[in-house]
Amino acid sequence: MTANRLAESLLALSQQEELADLPKDYLLSESEDEGDNDGERKHQKLLEAISSLDGKNRRKLAERSEASLKVSEFNVSSEGSGEKLVLADLLEPVKTSSSLATVKKQLSRVKSKKTVELPLNKEEIERARTPLEQEIFNLLHKNKQPVTDPLLTPVEKASLRAMSLEEAKMRRAELQRARALQSYYEAKARREKKIKSKKYHKVVKKGKAKKALKEFEQLRKVNPAAALEELEKIEKARMMERMSLKHQNSGKWAKSKAIMAKYDLEARQAMQEQLSKNKELTQKLQVASESEEEEGGTEDVEELLVPDVVNEVQMNADGPNPWMLRSCTSDTKEAATQEDPEQLPELEAHGVSESEGEERPMAEEEILLREFEERRSLRKRSELSQDAEPAGSQETIDSGSQEVLSELRVLSQKLKENHQSRKQKASSEGTIPQVQREEPAPEEEEPLLLQRPERVQTLEELEELGKEECFQNKELPRPVLEEQQSERTPNNRPDAPKEKKKKEQMIDLQNLLTTQSPSVKSLAVPTIEELEDEEERNHRQMIKEAFAGDDVIRDFLKEKREAVEASKPKDVDLTLPGWGEWGGVGLKPSAKKRRRFLIKAPEGPPRKDKNLPNVIINEKRNIHAAAHQVQVLPYPFTHHWQFERTIQTPIGSTWNTQRAFQKLTTPKVVTKPGHIINPIKAEDVGYRSSSRSDLSVIQRNPKRITTRHKKQLKKCSVD
Amino acid sequence: MQWPPPWRRSPLVSATPPPGPTTGLLCPRRVSEAGDSSTEGARTGHSHYVTPAESAMERRSQPFPSLRPASPTNAPAHGRGSDCTAKEPPLANVCRQNYGAAQDPVEPAGRRSASHVTGSSLGKAEVACGRRWRWAELVANSSWSPAGRATEMKVKMLSRNPDNYVRETKLDLQRVPRNYDPALHPFEVPREYVRALNATKLERVFAKPFLASLDGHRDGVNCLAKHPENLATVLSGACDGEVRIWNLTQRNCIRTIQAHEGFVRGICTRFCGTSFFTVGDDKTVKQWKMDGPGCGDEEEPLHTILGKTVYTGIDHHWKEAVFATCGQQVDIWDEQRTNPICSMTWGFDSISSVKFNPIETFLLGSCASDRNIVLYDMRQATPLKKVILDMRTNTICWNPMEAFIFTAANEDYNLYTFDMRALDTPVMVHMDHVSAVLDVDYSPTGKEFVSASFDKSIRIFPVDKSRSREVYHTKRMQHVICVKWTSDSKYIMCGSDEMNIRLWKANASEKLGVLTSREKAAKDYNQKLKEKFQHYPHIKRIARHRHLPKSIYSQIQEQRIMKEARRRKEVNRIKHSKPGSVPIVSEKKKHVVAVVK
Repeated sequence: MTANRLAESLLALSQQEELADLPKDYLLSESEDEGDNDGERKHQKLLEAISSLDGKNRRKLAERSEASLKVSEFNVSSEGSGEKLVLADLLEPVKTSSSLATVKKQLSRVKSKKTVELPLNKEEIERARTPLEQEIFNLLHKNKQPVTDPLLTPVEKASLRAMSLEEAKMRRAELQRARALQSYYEAKARREKKIKSKKYHKVVKKGKAKKALKEFEQLRKVNPAAALEELEKIEKARMMERMSLKHQNSGKWAKSKAIMAKYDLEARQAMQEQLSKNKELTQKLQVASESEEEEGGTEDVEELLVPDVVNEVQMNADGPNPWMLRSCTSDTKEAATQEDPEQLPELEAHGVSESEGEERPMAEEEILLREFEERRSLRKRSELSQDAEPAGSQETIDSGSQEVLSELRVLSQKLKENHQSRKQKASSEGTIPQVQREEPAPEEEEPLLLQRPERVQTLEELEELGKEECFQNKELPRPVLEEQQSERTPNNRPDAPKEKKKKEQMIDLQNLLTTQSPSVKSLAVPTIEELEDEEERNHRQMIKEAFAGDDVIRDFLKEKREAVEASKPKDVDLTLPGWGEWGGVGLKPSAKKRRRFLIKAPEGPPRKDKNLPNVIINEKRNIHAAAHQVQVLPYPFTHHWQFERTIQTPIGSTWNTQRAFQKLTTPKVVTKPGHIINPIKAEDVGYRSSSRSDLSVIQRNPKRITTRHKKQLKKCSVD
Repeated sequence: MQWPPPWRRSPLVSATPPPGPTTGLLCPRRVSEAGDSSTEGARTGHSHYVTPAESAMERRSQPFPSLRPASPTNAPAHGRGSDCTAKEPPLANVCRQNYGAAQDPVEPAGRRSASHVTGSSLGKAEVACGRRWRWAELVANSSWSPAGRATEMKVKMLSRNPDNYVRETKLDLQRVPRNYDPALHPFEVPREYVRALNATKLERVFAKPFLASLDGHRDGVNCLAKHPENLATVLSGACDGEVRIWNLTQRNCIRTIQAHEGFVRGICTRFCGTSFFTVGDDKTVKQWKMDGPGCGDEEEPLHTILGKTVYTGIDHHWKEAVFATCGQQVDIWDEQRTNPICSMTWGFDSISSVKFNPIETFLLGSCASDRNIVLYDMRQATPLKKVILDMRTNTICWNPMEAFIFTAANEDYNLYTFDMRALDTPVMVHMDHVSAVLDVDYSPTGKEFVSASFDKSIRIFPVDKSRSREVYHTKRMQHVICVKWTSDSKYIMCGSDEMNIRLWKANASEKLGVLTSREKAAKDYNQKLKEKFQHYPHIKRIARHRHLPKSIYSQIQEQRIMKEARRRKEVNRIKHSKPGSVPIVSEKKKHVVAVVK
């Protein structure tokens, strides 16, 4: 850098010298030419000195940007001679030879021949016939536009001619500087490219993204059309991302990470990151809405409810009830049609004193802005972006709409804050009732919230809750709501940390699920929400019909409570009644004694589903036991309880009397060692026999012919 | 942290004093606090080491002061033993008491109970006897003490009622003081599962089926026969015409006969065991005496029948003096005649084997190389019926416990068990071999059979299973030509190409020799457990594991692929043709071509 600065100053110095030397006359004479040459030489020297300053004595290729008489042996230029070179000269050998004579003749013949002229080529242009043509011609001539030869206009030629020597030199110096800068820049880029640190690159990328974002914002304010284009580009990128398999955890790297993820927290995080990146990239952006498009826009938002099958890898674990989804999406269309007319009056009522025509673009901008906010919130979920954003918004405060915008921004930011600290949401007072009712989600992924079991909605407050969640995620266009909210909570913004502290305390989940919600709807819930309400009501109606008569949630909660109770370690009571005191019917050991002999069970580790109100995680289940369990019902059994019964009956002598044990364990066939077993005889099995002569084989249950076999035999006998 | 805490587990144990001296050589003995108070050191907790003899001496010198109950009335639970307390326990008892004398029924009960009152063994006895003993707290008056103090102290002692464990007469059952309350014996299933698992593992550990190899033949062993009366005697015929008689207990050859020119094709013993018959490539049937000739005499057959054609097999009737041979036709001979009683043919192919039914003794079965299995009744002049299979059957064998069942060893690697009354479908198709099955023999119990195959292995199949339960092979055993299950169902013999007869255990992990009753009970129990838990994956995996030679293994894989391909093709054919036009044929029926009567 310093070298660069030095070079620049030196250059400037030399130029000043030259300027002093040079006379005012711009016509080039011999002497002046020489003087110039002199200056040129000086400059050259200077440059060399500078280049020698730089350690490497690199020879740069001379470039000709302007006329110079200096001819280097390394780069030949035809400058010095001043003669015109013609083709014939080049063709001519140094010594004339007869063999080339014919070629020369041919060439000359070709030259002499005139090219065929197109009939319409010249006259038409030169001669203007119609009045229109004449007019145009006049116009062109007035501006001295070149009609035939479109190289340079006379004005340009004049300006060229008028360019003084100093100017030329300045220009040259500029060029040189630019070149130097470029080389520096290139070197820098090369150097940076070589840096291996991933973190560095990440930081750089992030910085760039931030910058781009800022620029975009600027652009949006200055030139909305260009911003739109930019937005389209983003949309296109999203499309590309959706098409590609990038960030889908399907690559080689991702697979290796997936293997490691089980053991390595970092790998897991990396995977998550990738997935979240994918989500972020594939997040549908709301297109800036024309009046008809608005419907589509809202629909898109609704579509987000449906998890993308391709991308939603971890979402599929317990997918949302398809039934509910269907109803949701179907209802939106009707709702959206009503949305528009209702929204506009609201805007008007709000006293933004502007015409209808102006309001539309403003809404557009709002939407844009909101989108943008959303995107940013997605990107910077982890980092604190609170300070940067208001700064951006403060720049343009000129119109009423802008004020609205800034307010909106702040609000959205607040929402984002909530979003960040979702896990430690506090059930604070009635300042932000909607926020209160939010539910802590296990992970940071937004679609997780969509995954909540919908049956929760059968309860009023949970419905509210679900709605709130939806809003949080969808960030529906609802400027009015936000404004209202902002009016209601004007003092919320300054003491944000305090608010956060309030949120720090946990929500009592049981309360959350069961308690009645305060009816804040009338105040806080804006018109859109009411609309939502309507569709929701239909929805709810449907659900109610479906689950008529069973209180699913209460049942579930009860079940969970029981499960929790059952899993708790029990206290051990070791009191022996009648030991050391009187005992008998109706007498109970004293409380003191009981207290003494009661062993408190140690507090177990916290349950995994402690913070998941709608989940019961069975912690007793041992996956290692599965290897020791029968998966398929074995052949002779027709029902699992038959099999279980055979297993549950112990046959050992630990559980059976000796006699029973012997009976149970006698083999089906008992053979005596050393005895010859003769083939069976009719007397052995039939009733005719009085006693078996050979007792070497005792068969306990002789094989019976199966019914199938019997049938077969019958059939054969019929034949 | 331990849960539940250790002192919670048995309140009884916690109440016991520290254990006294055992029968060890040197053991710390704490002089009981209730005992002699003369030694100050003992009182303060010092302990000195004494040998058992010493301690006995000590005890003898002391009059068992505090440990003796003051009067019989003070010990209501003491029972019969109270009158003996005055006696001093003999020296022998002092030592025995520590072992828990309850096990000895001969010892008088009273003395036993008295001996248990000694302080040294107190803790031990308590722990060992558990809840069978009852505590009796005695109040002893120690007026004897030198200090002259009248102190009352509680003495814990054990006593029990002999009525609870002594038989009234010798013929009565032993009373077993045993509580079968299931609450006291928890985790039945897991415990039995573990036992089953261990039994399965042990079975595999002890699976060493190979017993002996009988060598002596100078050519491949072609046929085997069992002695009907003697378990130890086995006869074998080789491909060089030599017949050898073996003693299995001594594992040696006891007699060698050059019986035929060329192969000995078949050998069978007479039902009485006095003589045996052989047929050979030299078109003769020879009858030999089972006992060898006298010293210096020539080996001469009893009878020789010269036939017109080569005989390929022979079998003797199970009850009468009749035998059957096969070759071009099935001939039934009277032993006394040189011409067959009757000859039966059906078709013109050579018959490879003929077998008498051991139960319905007039029935015969034969298999011919034109893929037939033909059944005959000796009392009729014509064959009964035949079944034609896909490929030729090498041998058949009748089930000795079920009259109508026989199994055929087929060239198509399978064995088919037929009911002779319904030949159109085999009762069971047994498949596991990877080459032609050459011989089959039933276990005398009729529950299993063994098959010898060209794939150099023998397999044991349960009759009602299509897969084998066991495979035997050794590195040196070549193509197995003949196999026999011994008459006590304990052993299997197989004769193979490489001139050896091998003796195997029928049950690979069975312990040989006499078993004690406890061993037998354990064996039975383990067997039952294995049976009970056989479907559990872990146990199944261990029980099923067998080592196979590479060649057989790879062939199995190959054939699995082929089979799968065939199945797939069939499925596709059914799928792509008009429904019903391609009949679905079961595996059993597939191999039966026709039944002819």
